[in-house]
Amino acid sequence: MNTPMSGSIEAAEPVREAGDGLGRAMAATFRRDLTAVARRPGDALTPLVFFAMVITLFPLGISPEPERLALIAPGVLWVAALLSALLSLDGLFRGDFEDGTLEQLLLAPHPLSLLVLAKVAVHWLTTGLPLALMAPLLGVLLALPQGSYLALSATLALGSGCISLIGAIGAGLTVGLARGGMLLSLLVLPLFMPVLIFGTGAMGAALGGGEWLGHLAVIGALLSVALMAAPVAIAASLRISIHG
Amino acid sequence: MWAFFHKLGSPRWFYGIAARLSPWCWALALALILVGSVWGLAFAPADYQQGNSFRIIYVHVPAAFLAQSIFLALAASGFVFMVWKIKIADMAAAMMAPLGAAMTAIALLSGSVWGKPTWGTWWQWDARLTSMLILLFLYLGVMLIRRAFARPQSGAKAASVLAMVGVINIPIIKYSVEWWNTLHQPASFTITERPAMPVEMWMPLLIMVLGFYAFFAAFTLTRTRTEILRREGHKRWVKELFEERP
Repeated sequence: MNTPMSGSIEAAEPVREAGDGLGRAMAATFRRDLTAVARRPGDALTPLVFFAMVITLFPLGISPEPERLALIAPGVLWVAALLSALLSLDGLFRGDFEDGTLEQLLLAPHPLSLLVLAKVAVHWLTTGLPLALMAPLLGVLLALPQGSYLALSATLALGSGCISLIGAIGAGLTVGLARGGMLLSLLVLPLFMPVLIFGTGAMGAALGGGEWLGHLAVIGALLSVALMAAPVAIAASLRISIHG
Repeated sequence: MWAFFHKLGSPRWFYGIAARLSPWCWALALALILVGSVWGLAFAPADYQQGNSFRIIYVHVPAAFLAQSIFLALAASGFVFMVWKIKIADMAAAMMAPLGAAMTAIALLSGSVWGKPTWGTWWQWDARLTSMLILLFLYLGVMLIRRAFARPQSGAKAASVLAMVGVINIPIIKYSVEWWNTLHQPASFTITERPAMPVEMWMPLLIMVLGFYAFFAAFTLTRTRTEILRREGHKRWVKELFEERP
């Protein structure tokens, strides 16, 4: 510590090697998780089917009149998306926790927060993004008025990124618990509320013929904050679940 | 400076210092709350619009203050516990969380009782009410995760992480809820802008707020002492403590 210059020069070489290794490790984690999802496509489909089912419940429970449905459609679509995200978040780390993969990630000579970021990216790619692409179709079922379909997809695509990141903190904390799924929803739903507010806000603005890109920008800002802060918290929560 | 913190972090030392501090805190809390409530409930002038129902403010506002401050304290304790592994911080946090949740509930309930005569409704999706409700959920989450783990040590860490995540989110939630509310709610009445209160009205309120804070300090010190005895029961100094005074 007394001679920072010499220390940094000595450290320079291994650090660069670790950097290259880190990129490879992240890519490998990403590929591995993607392969795991591809081998069991049913797991990725379940949240989408759940999403469609919840949407179906609303016309049955409220009214089949298009005027009434159009009024509640933005909120219903977003809330259903949040609930279906909870369903998939519960299993985000469970398999890896049970077969010891998480312990290997912990032992790896790379920051756990970045490896975990690769896992969360796969989660978003296989649940959040398909949901955002599927949502307009269900919007048609709910008689969602013209003009807000793009807002729906765009806010869900960015918003589900926030949800994956924030939800992964809760998933990490509850992965070792017997009834983690129930607790997970209690822990993370309050944290999802800002995303919900701006998501439905954007759609409201689009429906009113207003400018909705501002709302999308706020969701983007939330996503960038989550990208910076959440991986550290996810790594800490996984360490707690594994080491105790 | 650091030696002081390390000393403060030792349960034994804290047990002693808390024993000396807590009677003063209790006395202060009792005196302030007594003066504040008698002044506020009996002597402060009635509001020209709301009549006597406005006096709920003397419970409602101090509880709401504490509800928010305690979550901050919870996150600060969590940070101290996670970074410096100071056990006292976690013991205090474990004791503070239920009090914070209770204060949030009191603020919500008293607000509801106040809302009925003033706005004609028990509940209104007002920005402050909504963010207070979300705060209650955050408190419940922190309390539940602590009990969910089989090992108390893991539960303590999990609660600390969740409190820190929560405290980062509180301002975001607060501002987004405020924004949401201005969009949805027609401006039928504004509760955010109260008419400026005369001195006879806000002075008892100030005393009550200070009294509630003193109560928080006294409550936390006393309960943390009990928690120290519970967790450190196997240590020699605790055993000696009770052998001296049978």
